[in-house]
Amino acid sequence: MAKEAQSEIQDPIIRVRDITVQFGTTRVLDGLNLDVKRGEILGFVGPSGAGKSALTRTIIGLVPKIAGSIEVFGVDLDSSSTSQRRNVERRWGVLFQQGALFSSLTVGQNIQFPMREYLRVSQRLMDEITMAKLTMVGLKPEVAERFPSELSGGMIKRVALARALSLDPDLVFLDEPTSGLDPIGAGDFDELVRTLQRTLGLTVFMVTHDLDSLYTACDRIAVLGNGKIIAAGSIADMQASQHPWLRQYFHGKRARAVMG
Amino acid sequence: MSSDPKLERIAKGNALALCATGTWTASFAPVLERMVADAEKLAGTPQNIFIDVSEVAKLDTFGAWLIERLRRSLTQGPVEAQIAGLSANYSSLVDEVRRVRATQEVDSSTITISGMLEQIGRTVAGVAGTVTGLVDMLGAVLAAGIRVLIHPRSFRLTSTVHHMEQVCWRAVPIIVLITFLIGCIIAQQGIFHFRRFGADIFVVDMLGVLVLREIGVLLVAIMVAGRSGSAYTAELGSMKMREEIDALRTMGFDPIEVLVLPRMLALVLALPILAFLGAMAALYGGGLVAWLYGGVEPEAFLLRLRDAISIDHFIVGMVKAPVMAAVIGIVACVEGLAVQGSAESLGQHTTASVVKGIFFVIVMDGVFAIFFASIGM
Repeated sequence: MAKEAQSEIQDPIIRVRDITVQFGTTRVLDGLNLDVKRGEILGFVGPSGAGKSALTRTIIGLVPKIAGSIEVFGVDLDSSSTSQRRNVERRWGVLFQQGALFSSLTVGQNIQFPMREYLRVSQRLMDEITMAKLTMVGLKPEVAERFPSELSGGMIKRVALARALSLDPDLVFLDEPTSGLDPIGAGDFDELVRTLQRTLGLTVFMVTHDLDSLYTACDRIAVLGNGKIIAAGSIADMQASQHPWLRQYFHGKRARAVMG
Repeated sequence: MSSDPKLERIAKGNALALCATGTWTASFAPVLERMVADAEKLAGTPQNIFIDVSEVAKLDTFGAWLIERLRRSLTQGPVEAQIAGLSANYSSLVDEVRRVRATQEVDSSTITISGMLEQIGRTVAGVAGTVTGLVDMLGAVLAAGIRVLIHPRSFRLTSTVHHMEQVCWRAVPIIVLITFLIGCIIAQQGIFHFRRFGADIFVVDMLGVLVLREIGVLLVAIMVAGRSGSAYTAELGSMKMREEIDALRTMGFDPIEVLVLPRMLALVLALPILAFLGAMAALYGGGLVAWLYGGVEPEAFLLRLRDAISIDHFIVGMVKAPVMAAVIGIVACVEGLAVQGSAESLGQHTTASVVKGIFFVIVMDGVFAIFFASIGM
């Protein structure tokens, strides 16, 4: 088992090659290459507006690309059949920046939505799994009865994570998961992502600006700039980098505060 | 890698081991649930039961929870059923689900007499609330209008012109088309039935009075309620959902002045124009049918029309238009500002806006009919 896991780490779960994305005449991503390895937590950083969300949305198929190829779980998403694609989609979970909870469903129904569609299990099991997911993301079971409009910003993030994890995916995309959480909540959230990654063998693709998350949760960091990955590696590599933006990012006042 | 999950019963001395094997993940959830439900029936047997998970190839929340559920239902009295052979990398997951409290069944609400009475009471109070809401909004709009009259600088001309374009200019083609067709139909039906009495020419009287007094303005008002009332509710409602209205308020703007007043004004100006155009289109359509279908020459039609109708009919129709516009606008804005956080709420209020708008337009029309009859117009 352990050996198998070792060999699996080598093959990338997401393989992005020469991706080019254009909005109107502005080229957002320009021949970008990126590998995400199985079982790792990849932190994805870059200046605001550099196209971090655009890359995430391109990988999950919400933004059309004009060139390049994307492979997820070894399936080329351009040439795959509908059922192959469905299969891939069932194995990933997405946490959107604003949560994107269905406003007319309760929290419980939101979490159960993918289960209801994909699994034929009893209502009792769905209710119980919902409770389990809510407990995992640190919410009380009572929250299940509430509507998204009655939740605080931090709770929305947690419920959205619970929904993203609803089918126990192998891969989760987190778009700024800790923004809008208090530092303790954000720390719990990082810890939670870590735990889930350990227990479920989860691969996490995390767009973030939270330096704490980068230091405590991420195995590897990729930096986006000028439509390309300008650096990828461990936190130590980032600190050693001479790139001006990276220097500013990892040696700024806030970074020093985090490092203590 | 993935193999079918199994739950085997193996006797070990005087204890019974439930050996879980295979892949215990979400994709096998229906099978797992059935197996676990089967094994739960063992609860109550005097044997010592433990669950052996050492052979589980893969475990996720679904599998972990089902094992935990089994453990709980097998636990009898003070002695807990044990889980054996848990590998280190899954132990935290199992610990995680162990913290989950079992769901208590929520008893679905039963219909009781007091519940029904409560519902009736709430509905009646809701109707009263609707009326006070409309009066509130009317007052707020008038107050905002007076403020604008005192400080003309704060009047939002651009916004008003924009809404005029949306509700008036862009509505002209569809309004003219529909009223033209209705005019045609009225004339055709009139001729068809009046011909039996040899009273063909009276179709002109009917058409003139009906179109100028009632149909023209009523039809146009109903169409505007459906077309622009719903748009107002949806616009204001989605602004409410995204806290844009709260943002306006915190910047010191009055949402009524900024959002509602220009819309109301645009509607109040637009409806008389549209009603006039609609009436003309209906008369034209009716005249055309009278000529082609009934053989009433255009000259004869116009002569008869001049005798049949007076300026009073036209005034009655036109006076109603701005009042109906105000009713539609107020209903639409009240509903828009009442939208709560969900998409469903937006849909409900947009529906309510159109339904209430049309209802009040027809009620107003009835009130006007009584009023004009009493003053002899």
